[in-house]
Amino acid sequence: MADEPTGPATAPSEVAGAAAEAQPQAELPANEGFEPEIIVFACHYCAYAAADLAGSMRLQYPTNIRMIKLPCTGKLEVIHLLRALEAGADGVYAAGCLEGECHYLKGNLWAKKRVGYVKKLLEEIGVDPGRVEMYNMSSAMGPQFAETARSFTARIRGLGPNPVRPREGFTAAEVVRRQMADVALPDDAGADSTTGS
Amino acid sequence: MITAERKPFAEIYGMTEGHDKVLVAGCDTCVAVCLTGGEKEAEILAAELRIKAKEDGRDVQIEHTAAIRQCEWEYLDAIGAKVEEYPLVLSMACGIGIQSMAEKFAPRLIMPAVNTNMLGMPQEHAVWLERCAACGDCVIDETAGICPVVRCSKSLMNGPCGGSHDGKCEVTTPEKEDIDCAWALIWDRLKAQGREELMLVNRPPKDWSKSSSGGPRKMVREEAKPV
Repeated sequence: MADEPTGPATAPSEVAGAAAEAQPQAELPANEGFEPEIIVFACHYCAYAAADLAGSMRLQYPTNIRMIKLPCTGKLEVIHLLRALEAGADGVYAAGCLEGECHYLKGNLWAKKRVGYVKKLLEEIGVDPGRVEMYNMSSAMGPQFAETARSFTARIRGLGPNPVRPREGFTAAEVVRRQMADVALPDDAGADSTTGS
Repeated sequence: MITAERKPFAEIYGMTEGHDKVLVAGCDTCVAVCLTGGEKEAEILAAELRIKAKEDGRDVQIEHTAAIRQCEWEYLDAIGAKVEEYPLVLSMACGIGIQSMAEKFAPRLIMPAVNTNMLGMPQEHAVWLERCAACGDCVIDETAGICPVVRCSKSLMNGPCGGSHDGKCEVTTPEKEDIDCAWALIWDRLKAQGREELMLVNRPPKDWSKSSSGGPRKMVREEAKPV
């Protein structure tokens, strides 16, 4: 599945929201006027480079996503995902290397388990676990990066706004960037035009 | 070490009802090593509680802290000022730490966010097995270093019983996993040690008065007390 040229990147940890993932964007509930803010924790070695490739290929994907570059998704902890949601992000996903291809051997597998654990925590507190997800892709999968951004944005648009978003128009990305200051890598110059930075 | 498991979220959340300031207090020794109640886990629980409270439209201030050990007065002094700001503290320490907190900061409300479950050892990363019942009268010199009190489902002092088959106990874990028969393990190891005759020793009923049946226990080392 991961090698197919046009499908979304694989989401092996997906335990909920699978139906929303598979639906074309047009068939999801509209939530008219709602533009979700989505935090992407992207691995330096794969997803971040795939985003760069998507840009070079002039591929269209929603401007809703805000990228945080990590040295490896294995650096991502449970609390980072919760903090992002608490900061007001409508959806959060980790994008790491294909399974078996992690630069640090198992970082993406650790991330997969942690994302799965956060899904359980979210169920406990009545937040839809589909608001967090784990995806895997290689640096050569620019089209899959774009498709993943499209399908996840559609899913979150269907779920509606994060119930704990501080206020209308609030931007969570800068809060998350500050929270991740000691963990994240600096952005490549011009690589993430969606941040406005 | 002492191990504990977090209580179900709904039970913990219920404890916060009617409160507008709540502190989650982790303990960075045993319960941190078993990944249940250290500072990291205290922050995770505090974040969960904040999100849930906000969803419910409650205006609650929820923060977290951690002591190096909640079971020692000196370490409680270090978090005292923070604790004093909160009328309700959810402690993630073992039962010893929670009670130490409740005594030190009485009559403040100190409530348990975990269930203390055993004295266990990490068999492998993230898996703990019970190894000691703190019964107060150790017998493992005669049982090849394997505790029949805690590892035999019936705590038999003269085993095995008729429920031992192919080295497994007739009792399974709640998850329906097999349990090794402690007395089969004891036999195998005694044989390897050439001490099979110890299986024939008839051990009298255990004196449980040295365990918790004898009332709360107290240990004093007179020679070590401050002069």
